[in-house]
Amino acid sequence: MTPEAHDAFVRAGFSRRDFLKTSGVLVVTFGAASVVPLAAQGPFDTRPSHVDPQRLDSWIAIAADGKVTAYTGKAELGQGMFTAQTQLVAEELSVPVSAVTLVQCDTAVCPDQGTTSGSQSTPTNFNERNLAQAAATAREALAGMAATRLGVSRDQLVIDGGAISIKGNNSRRVTYRDLLAGQAFNLQVDPQAKRKPASDWKVLGKPVPRLDMPAMAAGEFEFVHNVRVPGMLHGVVIRPPAPGATLAGIDESSIAGMTGILKVATRKNFVGVVAEKPWQARQAASTLKVSWTPGAGLPSQRDFYDYLRKQPSRDTFIVNSKDVDDKLAKAAAVVRATYLHPYQMHGSMGTSCAVADVQGSKATVWSPTQSAYPTRSGVAMLLGLQPDNVRVVFVRGAGCYGINGADTVSYDAALLSQAVGKPVRVQLSRQDEMAWENYGFPYVIDQRVGIDADGTIIAWDYEAWFASMGGRPGTSTPGNVVTGMLAGFSPAPFAPRAATDPTGRFNNGSNAAPSYVVGRVGTVAGGAGIVASERVLTHTIASPFFTGPLRSPSRLQNTFAHECLVDEVAARVKADPVAYRIKHVSDPRLKHVISEAARVARWETRPSPKPGSTRTGVASGRGMACVVYEGDNGYVALVADVDVNTATGQVIARRLFVAQDCGPVSNPDGMRNQLEGGALQGLSRALGEEVTWDDQKVTSIDWRTYHSMTLGDEMPEVESVLIDRHDVDATGAGETAITIVAAAVGNAIFDATGVRIRQVPFTPERVKAALVAR
Amino acid sequence: MSSITLTVNRQRHTVDVDPTTPLLYVLSDDLGLRGPKFGCGLGQCGACTVLSGGRAIRSCVTPVSAVAGAEITTLEGLGTVDRPHPIQKAFIQEEAAQCGFCLSGVVLTAKAFLDQNPKASDAELRQAMSTVLCRCFTHVRMLRAIKRYRQEV
Repeated sequence: MTPEAHDAFVRAGFSRRDFLKTSGVLVVTFGAASVVPLAAQGPFDTRPSHVDPQRLDSWIAIAADGKVTAYTGKAELGQGMFTAQTQLVAEELSVPVSAVTLVQCDTAVCPDQGTTSGSQSTPTNFNERNLAQAAATAREALAGMAATRLGVSRDQLVIDGGAISIKGNNSRRVTYRDLLAGQAFNLQVDPQAKRKPASDWKVLGKPVPRLDMPAMAAGEFEFVHNVRVPGMLHGVVIRPPAPGATLAGIDESSIAGMTGILKVATRKNFVGVVAEKPWQARQAASTLKVSWTPGAGLPSQRDFYDYLRKQPSRDTFIVNSKDVDDKLAKAAAVVRATYLHPYQMHGSMGTSCAVADVQGSKATVWSPTQSAYPTRSGVAMLLGLQPDNVRVVFVRGAGCYGINGADTVSYDAALLSQAVGKPVRVQLSRQDEMAWENYGFPYVIDQRVGIDADGTIIAWDYEAWFASMGGRPGTSTPGNVVTGMLAGFSPAPFAPRAATDPTGRFNNGSNAAPSYVVGRVGTVAGGAGIVASERVLTHTIASPFFTGPLRSPSRLQNTFAHECLVDEVAARVKADPVAYRIKHVSDPRLKHVISEAARVARWETRPSPKPGSTRTGVASGRGMACVVYEGDNGYVALVADVDVNTATGQVIARRLFVAQDCGPVSNPDGMRNQLEGGALQGLSRALGEEVTWDDQKVTSIDWRTYHSMTLGDEMPEVESVLIDRHDVDATGAGETAITIVAAAVGNAIFDATGVRIRQVPFTPERVKAALVAR
Repeated sequence: MSSITLTVNRQRHTVDVDPTTPLLYVLSDDLGLRGPKFGCGLGQCGACTVLSGGRAIRSCVTPVSAVAGAEITTLEGLGTVDRPHPIQKAFIQEEAAQCGFCLSGVVLTAKAFLDQNPKASDAELRQAMSTVLCRCFTHVRMLRAIKRYRQEV
């Protein structure tokens, strides 16, 4: 590796940090050991002024040695944000990547940027606000100081490598360290500070290798699982056997005599054991006799989609042109279908882990949460502390894809640490991770599409039922995850409500409306399509399980239904699926990605299903799907080439072709990595993943009962086209491709076999049953 | 409790532990190693993989007493950031990770298999990797990195 990459690794190594205040600038130093001296855990000064986002010093510090430290409220979750944000700061400040140290999501020193979620890190920090604007402000402030020092105007200066010189006279130069000498800027972030145009980029837009990659490959990278604090103990939690079961009693004598056991801690229905060593805690937790009341009972999984339709619901119109029934009645034909999507889980590779140190009125939590500041509030509520006395330090966990157990295990560690007054590390068991996480929403989606005599769509009617409970705890609802609920807090209340007419602007944040409708709210049409007769109605019902955002939450389920149905309609009118989509789209960027995906896939223009397809052996087909993610946060289209084994029902994707337009690309290799991972994760979800349960409890509790594709499964090649546009704002790119995989694969199965599978996952049994029935 | 001597990454260690303790717990807690990870505790995912005498084993389901005296190599024992092992180098060159939590399973399972079967076909390689998970689904790059290493052995 290069010396620069090595330096970057050392900086990115996430060794424990000592925060020192020197010369008024907060300087971060990195210790060699991974152990945090208790006395050096740093300031608890988390008053808003300390990290006021209006203050430049909250974002950028330049130390006396010229090194840059940047502070961000958006975290690396495996998606490459650490490297991309480092590039951003280096670019705007005209310093090498190796000169920048990025500190992420430590509530003691970083601005509160809420939760790292919703594909919002790039829009938040790379467009004209926040981290990008702070870095541009810092550069221009330094340029202003240099102009004064050198006695020339700003436009006579050139900035490079942390030094500013007069154009054509390199001998007259000053460095950032000369100008600042370790002092704070004492400036406000300037919303007018000029960003560097993409045409001038030297670091952004380039495939800078992931700064953390060498340390990860060498097994040296510090995850939250590796955090060790002096005097740290180990906790194991004991969850109820079933949802709704409550604690009836604990027989502590059942673990009498076991070595190293320090405490059995309870708080309402929360139970945990603390021991000196993790194996002692684990054994005690499995030996301890805990009695529970029976669970509340669960609705039958076999009938669950019917059950969803019959519950009290909270209803929302996204659009309602009020002429849909009329148009459908007069349509030349109506295509109708119901699509079903199960609960799925985040299923993190590592079970969630956190370390908490609660000492009297103060607490520090080392947490992999996507929500450092909200978790600070949640922990404070749970422990009865002031939020300002709680510090949450983000340390990376396993990929989370939404909300895995990161928040809940942070609460677990905090409760157990408070119970013993010493630092406690908790890592969940696989079963506790999988049985109690906040699953992705299950959906039933009914749609009717009316077409005219020419085969053009004239009306689109969508009605969906989905189940929800809990979610991200935010700042005030710790009961939105299991530990908070067990400890006595309630999830956000569910209140049925009738739908009213949509007001304000068209909001397609959940992609409930298909790409083919005009999306008219009031007088403004905000959709991507041409169909003016539109009704999109959602019913939220109370879920028996916790739910939460799972990568492309609702967007994926909705888009599966839309993009399969448009394919059904195209097949009905014997139209080519690509041409038929383009015909009903008005948005030029969406049209462009559709065309590009079709081009690289060498799409053959013809209707589906494929003529003369085999009814025995392996049948091959292709399918297309597309979306404007969240209505305005990334354009993507995908073509899947699949093989269907007609004897076994097994579906194997051979190639995926993806075209994506997310505005200016910060790091093309990072974007491709996200795109490839999203596409294949989408494939695993489409082909095999489904949460299962019996009449009492969840039964998909490990990797034998929850079916993820492995490194041994036949995976498709992924070919991607990145449309790098510099005339628009940047959008998110982490949830685009995954949104459309199930639809593209479903459409390809239809193309290959003429059989339409309307229920995820497309298991061999389900596909085979459909093939037999045709 | 009993005193058990292990050789880990070419260093001898004597630990005083319950002999039923899974090797993983000893490696990550008593020895403070970062490579092997607790993924499932059931031997199903690969995150805890280490090499024992060149063979890939799941340290989360291996009692420490079963490997007393064996030569254990963890991911950090293969190479370092400065001097990565060729298979680690292949992963770095291919940028073959996202969150990186699965890497012990992916890298060490592939290495152990290819060192024994340097001429393995793609299908045989897939078979060897069939109980290894990466939930970020960095499969395409990982297989590219593994094949890059296969060319070298």
